[in-house]
Amino acid sequence: MSIKYFDHIAANPLLPEVLDAMMPYFKEQYGNPMSMYDLGMNAKQAIETAREQVARLINAKPSEIIFTSSAAESNNFALKGMALARQEIGRHIIISKAEHHSVLNTARSLEKQGFVATYVPVDKYGMVDPDAVKKSITKETTVISVIHASSEVGTIEPIKEIAAIAKAHKIAFHTDAVATAGNIPVDVKDLGVDAMSLTAHQFYGPKGAAAMYLKTGQRILPLIYGGIQEGGRRAGTENVPAIVGMGKAAELAEAGLSGRMAHVRQLRDRLTEGILKIPKVHATGHPEQRLPGLASFVVEYIEGEGMLLLLLAKGIYAASGSACTSKALKASPVLVSMGVPTSMAHGSIVFSLGIGNTQEGVDSCIEEFPLIVKRLRDMSPFAKEGWGAMEAEGGNKEGA
Amino acid sequence: MSLKFVENIKADVTSDIVYMMCPMHLLKLDEQMKELDPGQVLELLTDYDGALEDIPAWCTKTGNDFLGIDEEDDYYKIYIRKRGNR
Repeated sequence: MSIKYFDHIAANPLLPEVLDAMMPYFKEQYGNPMSMYDLGMNAKQAIETAREQVARLINAKPSEIIFTSSAAESNNFALKGMALARQEIGRHIIISKAEHHSVLNTARSLEKQGFVATYVPVDKYGMVDPDAVKKSITKETTVISVIHASSEVGTIEPIKEIAAIAKAHKIAFHTDAVATAGNIPVDVKDLGVDAMSLTAHQFYGPKGAAAMYLKTGQRILPLIYGGIQEGGRRAGTENVPAIVGMGKAAELAEAGLSGRMAHVRQLRDRLTEGILKIPKVHATGHPEQRLPGLASFVVEYIEGEGMLLLLLAKGIYAASGSACTSKALKASPVLVSMGVPTSMAHGSIVFSLGIGNTQEGVDSCIEEFPLIVKRLRDMSPFAKEGWGAMEAEGGNKEGA
Repeated sequence: MSLKFVENIKADVTSDIVYMMCPMHLLKLDEQMKELDPGQVLELLTDYDGALEDIPAWCTKTGNDFLGIDEEDDYYKIYIRKRGNR
C-alpha cells in the first residue's frame, strides 16, 4: 500500500538536494563554528551562507536572522525577549486566539510573571480583526503577536494592517510565519513586522533548524545565555548540518515557490470539492484568504481521532487540529473562538498538501473518506438523525 | 582608570548592544571601530557593567580615545573616538 501523506503542516519530507548539502557537515566538516582553525571557519562560513539564503527568502538582511532550534523556541524568544526588554515601558501584551501553543503558552507564562495578556478573538473564518487589536491597545502595551496563517484552519491573517497599527503605537510586532514562510511569498519589509518566526521543516528542510527574524534596532533579551553565537543573542553551539539544510531548503523554496503553490492549490481545491460532497461536513477557515495547500473541515457527529485511525488503515495520513491538540484530544482553541461548537470542533480534520502529492492520491482520499465518515457515524450515538437523513439533505457547501 | 562622565557628545555612529553580555561589548566595539574613519566618534549603548572597566582599558591598549560615559536610566552611553586625525 502506498502512503498518501497529507500532513505537510506537521512535517515535510527532506528534499534530496537538502540532504546532500547537509552531509559534509555531519561527516568531514565537523568543526565548531567558534574555532579559529579551518574546520571551524568552514562551518562558520556555511552558517553565514545559510543566513543569507534564509534572509533572501523573506527579504531580510542576513544580520537580522537568528538561528534557533525550533519554531517554538523562536516564538518563545520573540515574545519573552521583546516583552522583557520593554518591561520598563509597560507589561501588557496582545496575542490572537488563532495562535499556536508556543505563542499561547508563552503569553500565559508571561501572565504568571505579572504581565497582562489580551487574547483577541477571531471571526467565523478564523480572521483577526485589526480594529479589535487596535482597541485592545493600552498605554502599557509593548508587544503584539499575531500568527501569519493558522495551521489548523489555513486562514491568512491581515498582518500588514496589524503591523501598521502596532508601528503607529510604537509597539513591537511579531508574527509566527511557520505555516507561510517558504510556502507563500513572505516579505518582512512589505509586512512591516519587527520579528518573525519560521522553521525549516515546513519547506522541505530538516527538523532542528528554525529562525527568528529580528529587525535591526529591535532590542531583545536572550532566552539562552552563554557564548557569542548568533551575535550574542542566542548562545549554544550551532546545529551546523541542520542550519545548512535550512539555508538550502530556503533557496529551493524561493526558486520554486510559484510552481509549488500552483501544484498544491489545484490539489487542495479538488480535495475540498470532493470532501464537501459528504453531508454535514463544513469547510473551516477563510475560503479565499488561505494557505494554498491546506484543506480543513469539521465533520459533524464524529471525532477526529477516529477518522485519523481509519484513514491510516487506508494509508492516508492526515491531522485533526494542530499536532498537540490532536494528541491531547482537546478541542482546538481557534475553532472554539471561531464559534464552532465544542462538540463539532472535536470532528476537526486537516489535510495539508505538498509537492509529493498527486491527483491519484487525492482521488483515493476522496473515495475513501466518505466511507470512513459513514462507518463512524453508524457507530456514533450522536448521529441521531442517521445517515439516510443526511444523505437526503445533501452535502454542505458553506463554511462552518 | 577612573570613570569620566560626559554629556551631549555628538557621535557619528551608534551601536546598540543593550541586553548583550560579555564579550559582545568588545567584539562589537572592535567591529564598529574598524568601519569608522579616523577622528569619528562611536556611541556604544550597553547595560553591561563590565564595559565600564573594559572599554577604557581597550582604548588604552589600542590607542583610541575614550571620551567618557553618559549614564541613562537603564543603560550607559559610552563614547570612543577613533585614533588619528580626520
